[in-house]
Parts: sequence; C-alpha cells; structure tokens
Amino acid sequence: MTETTITDFSSKGYLNMQLLRFTTAGSVDDGKSTLIGRLLYDSKSLFEDQLDAVKRASVQKGSEHLNLALFTDGLRAEREQGITIDVAYRYFATPNRKFIIADTPGHIQYTRNMVTGASTANAAIILIDARNGVIEQTYRHAYIAYLLGIPHIVVCINKMDLLDYRQDVFEKIKADFNAFVAKVLPGEDLRFIPISALKGDNVVKPSQKMDWYKESTLLETLETIPIDKDHDMVHQRFPVQYIIRPETDKYHDYRGYAGRIAGGILHPGDEVIVFPAGIKTKIQQIDTFNGPLDEAFPPMSVTILLNDDIDISRGDLIAGAGDLPKTGSDIDLMVCWMNPRPMQLNGKYALKHNTRDVRCVIDKIEFVLNINTLEEIPGRTSLAMNEIGRIHLHTTKPLFFDPYTVNRQTGSLILIDEATNETVAAGMIL
Amino acid sequence: MKDYNLTHLRELESEASYVLREVAAQFERPALLFSGGKDSIVLVHLSRKAFHPASIPFPLVHIDTGHNFEEAIIFRNKLVKKFNARLVVGSVQESIDNGRVVEEKGINASRNVLQTVTLLDTIEKYKFDAAIGGGRRDEEKARAKERFFSHRDEFGQWDPKNQRPELWNIFNGKKRMGEHFRVFPISNWTEMDIWQYILQENIELPSLYFTHEREVFFRDGVWLAKAPFMAMKPTEKAEKLRVRCRTVGDISCTGLVLSTADNLEDIIREIAATRVTERGGRYDDKRSEAAMEDRKKEGYF
Repeated sequence: MTETTITDFSSKGYLNMQLLRFTTAGSVDDGKSTLIGRLLYDSKSLFEDQLDAVKRASVQKGSEHLNLALFTDGLRAEREQGITIDVAYRYFATPNRKFIIADTPGHIQYTRNMVTGASTANAAIILIDARNGVIEQTYRHAYIAYLLGIPHIVVCINKMDLLDYRQDVFEKIKADFNAFVAKVLPGEDLRFIPISALKGDNVVKPSQKMDWYKESTLLETLETIPIDKDHDMVHQRFPVQYIIRPETDKYHDYRGYAGRIAGGILHPGDEVIVFPAGIKTKIQQIDTFNGPLDEAFPPMSVTILLNDDIDISRGDLIAGAGDLPKTGSDIDLMVCWMNPRPMQLNGKYALKHNTRDVRCVIDKIEFVLNINTLEEIPGRTSLAMNEIGRIHLHTTKPLFFDPYTVNRQTGSLILIDEATNETVAAGMIL
Repeated sequence: MKDYNLTHLRELESEASYVLREVAAQFERPALLFSGGKDSIVLVHLSRKAFHPASIPFPLVHIDTGHNFEEAIIFRNKLVKKFNARLVVGSVQESIDNGRVVEEKGINASRNVLQTVTLLDTIEKYKFDAAIGGGRRDEEKARAKERFFSHRDEFGQWDPKNQRPELWNIFNGKKRMGEHFRVFPISNWTEMDIWQYILQENIELPSLYFTHEREVFFRDGVWLAKAPFMAMKPTEKAEKLRVRCRTVGDISCTGLVLSTADNLEDIIREIAATRVTERGGRYDDKRSEAAMEDRKKEGYF
C-alpha cells in the first residue's frame, strides 16, 4: 500500500469496502503479536507516534529488532509482563477490505478468550512454530475454531527463516495438521501459508526465499476470502429486540419491531410465524430511517411492521412460515465454561439467547472434552474454567433456535451466574 | 447472482444500531454522553436512525469543563433544539465551587482529569444506569481492551483485568443497585470510518473541524489554542495560523493541526496521508504511557 493508494480511501472505492473479522490463535512465543505487528507495519497501518513509542520501548528492553509485539500490548500489566491478558481488538484497512483482528492470548488458561474472539470471526489464523510443528495447543486452537463455526481457517507456519525456508518442513506440518483436522474440520475452508513474521516473508510481501510456495500471501488471502456466504441466508429469522412506538400524531398507529436480521432474506409480503404466539401473519413493511426496503438480509438492523396486530414483545422470534425453527425447553449443547466458579450439575443460571432472557437448570453433563485428544470424559458433576463439554439444560420458558452449525446467531447462547451477574458460559446448541 | 454483502460502513452502522437498541431495552435510565465532538455527534445520528420514527429515548449528557470552544457550545444547543433532544449538563465549575475537586495548578493545568468526578456525580444524581459513550478501540491502547458493555462498580471504576467475556452479539447488562454500565456502540469504528460515515450521511459538524484562523502556541510538539485560562510560559508566543481540530475536547487538552482543509473530502485526504494518530495531539494522553488506562480505571469516559 503506497501513499497513492492510501489516498484512494477518499474515492468511492472506500465506501464499497467489505468488513472481515478474524481471530488469531497461537501458543506463547509462536510469534502472534509479531505477526499482527508485521501486518499493521507492512500495510502502513501504524502511525509515527505509535512507531516512535515502540522504537523507544524496544531499545529500552534491549531488543535487537524493532519489537513488533509491543504494538499489541494494551494494559500496563501486559507490557510489564510481556503477555497478553485479554482479547484486544486491532483495526487496519487496505483499499479492498477493512479488518478487525480479535487478538487473543495463547496461554492454556485463556481458552475463554479464544472462544470470545472466535465467536464473531469470519476467519481464524492458527499459528504454528515451524520448529515445533503441530503440538497439543494446535489441536486446541483448531478445535475451538471448529466449535465456534469459523468459516475460514488459515494456518500460518511461522519462523520458516529459522529452518532455512525448507519446503519439507512446511509439507510435514501441513500433513500432520490435515491428519488431525480430518476428524474435526470436514469440509472446512482450510489454507496453509509458510511465513516469517519477523522477517516479513509471505505476510504482506511475497517471500524471496520460498519460490516453491506459489499461493497468496497472508494479506492477499485475507483480502480475497469470499465472505458473502458466512451468514445464514436461508432460514428467515428475526429476533425482536425492541418495540418502536412513536406515540406522535403523525405515527399514531405505528408499531414497529426493531431488530437485527439473524438469518434469511426478508421481503414485504413474506409469510411469517411469530413465536411463541404461533400466529401466522405477513411482513407489511421493512422500515428504516432512509425509507422502506424491498428486501433485507443479515446482519442488517431494521424495523419490521406486520399485517396483523399481534401481542409481540422483546425476546419473541419472527420466522419464515416455510422453515420453522426448533422450539423447546430441553436443549442439548456444547459449552465452554468461562468462570473461576465451576459449573455445577443441577445449578441454576440465567440464560440469554438472542434477545430472549430465561432461566435454566443444568440437568446433565454428558461429558467433558479433552480438547487436546478429543477424548470424551463421562461421569463428571462439574465443569471448570476453560473446560469444554456437552451438557443438557432445561429452560423455564421455551427457546426458538437452530443448531449452531446452521445459524451462529439463533444457535448460540450465554449463561449468567445470578449471584455475581458474570457471564460464565458460551453455549453452542446441537 | 445478487450480492448480499453490506459495505463495511453499513455493517458498522447496523452493529451500532443493535447496541443502541440493546441499551434502550436492557436499561431503565440510559443517557448519551455528548461532548460536542464528532464521535458523539455520530452517536446522536446513529440514535436517531436506530429509533426512527420515534425520538431518541435517552437524554444527552454534557460534562462541561467551562473551558470550551464557544463554537462547540453553540453547536450543541442548536443540535439539541433541532432533534428535540433532552440535555443534561454536569458542570466541572460547580464541582470546584462545591469543593468536590481542586483545580490543578501550574502551566499544564487542565480540567480534563477533574471531569471524572463531575461525570460520576452526574451519573449518580440522575441515577443513570447506562452511559453511552463515543469511545473507539482504535483510539488508544487501553481502549482497545474495552467491551461494548463495560461494567462499572458502585464507585464507577473499571477493572480491565476482570471484564465479562462478550460473545457473539449477546450483551450482558445485568448489574447490582448502584452499579452502572458504559456502552460503546462505535467500538469497532476507526477514525477513518467516522469521517467516511460523516461524508456518506452528510452529518453536520461544528466549524472547529474545518480550517479557520486562530491564535495558537506550540508546546511539546502540539499546537494549543490561546485562551484567557491557558497559562503560557514566557518563551511561548502566540501566533495567528490556519488550523483545525482533529478531535474536540476542552481547550486545555485539544491539539490543533495546521490545515487548510475546509470540506470533508479534503479532511479525509488529509487523514489518509497523516502519519500521527488522532490522540497523538491530545495533551491529556501525554502524561504517561498508561495515562488513559489510569483515568479509565477511575471512571473517566
């Protein structure tokens, strides 16, 4: 990206850019922060004052190179300890796309952060240190990417410079990874790129040292991954978020259901069923500040008016009459536990599913997963922080849902500890 | 085949709209923190769009340091009237007069830090349970760690190491009595996104953002505006230059940039070519490497 292309941002082109959200997973010292620093640095997304601050800090810490990792550490404790504590979000743009990076720490105890970052991502970058090859943590990263339904996975084999940029190293790691993911990532969009984040090979610029690698660099890959199929465009789903009633003379009878479309393409005239009432009606109008729309699709925020006057409130679901969601109070799901207070069998929690608030009781823990080996461990009565397991829960009021693999919005939920109000679990409905 | 992709600006707008509606649905007494700067002006625009055709269902809260650019106050009053909004003002001068805070002394005195007390007092006085702010994660390294729904304890403090995980677009606004939330609907926007959106939506801004002639002086790499309450060192000389604001805070901490940009297209070109971050010109961030983190923990914006 040269100075000329930067000024292209002011052209109409910039107004037509797409947004790609990706997450990065790697173990400690795999060079994740360096990779992000490299992406920002080589795409000229860093500013002089940021650069100066890092140059100063690099010298102070006695680093030989510009310590690109310092760009990503936000909190005082992180800079002091040289670790990343929490999910941090980074932004950069090229003339083709705007990118949001959810930078998550690699420590074993921080599975919950990886899950958090992955929940909104279109793509995951999994980093492997070429010297170590596929290790246990790589399995964990791949499994979480799969569990959270990230549509595109890019495996970056880093530190190729330390192994003379050898193709056989790359091929061996690729084969090892493929052997594992055949089990968990069938049909996933999977790519492999040999890189050196430190030296810059194949990150933004093509490597001069690896002419055996003919595919795209990491940045080119991120710029071109097709993301138009990442939302569920089939099942019409509209969770009602807020009721708009202006109560003015001009809009005396206006009753609009505000929300963000979670699935399918909606049109005026479409036949829909409102849950939980189970009443059939039609979409009268899809309203916005800029006027009514002929169609609307995920992830648009709109306001829907219906033909019939039905009692609808927040937490209800408007769904296409042709493809109904599942409904029920007995839910099978995978959960990632995120709180130091373990999940207890028979424990009661508040549950948020889309815009719907209910309460639930955990009535069965089917198994806890060893995510390094994918071994299912039955017979447990609790789930500790950073553990992933399959459970069954019963809700006080029914949910209207789809399997998570079908729809990431209507298939996801969180659990909240009612004593502390903390979010304690992420749930993916089976 | 038809293309069902939103542009990044439409997607960011949709996300912000969703967050604003969540605030209206989950909280009893929300408020929008309005500084008069471009980010909070964009927030007002987004709020109008999110609740159309109803009016904005929360008041605008301005924490007034008393050291404002006159243009910003005129603009604020006009905007409130135009959109039929409700305005609540929290006054730093009042906090000083009541002895709640003590005015800083010396050459670098600023009321920026004092605002935190006035802000928290105002939140308590009106029993606001959610304060919507225009903070963006790209602005500053501590802000990069913020949630959309950011929990504050009963003292208004932020605990960055113990934040609730935020998954998908499910926001947990549950709290105890006396606690409140800060909500940042434009967390994922960058400075460039803001300007492009202002252009796309044709949003009106205070004249401060465009080039104008002003008496300014140079201190520690930043141009500051001359004003009666701005103490100047004997070596500092004011001169009349063509400048504009890149961010608008109160006068004591707002750095000005030399610029002849008098329209949005020119400003965008200027930002695209500039190599210093927006807050690089913010005098309040220069106090230490963790200046923002420290202020935020205490309850700052």
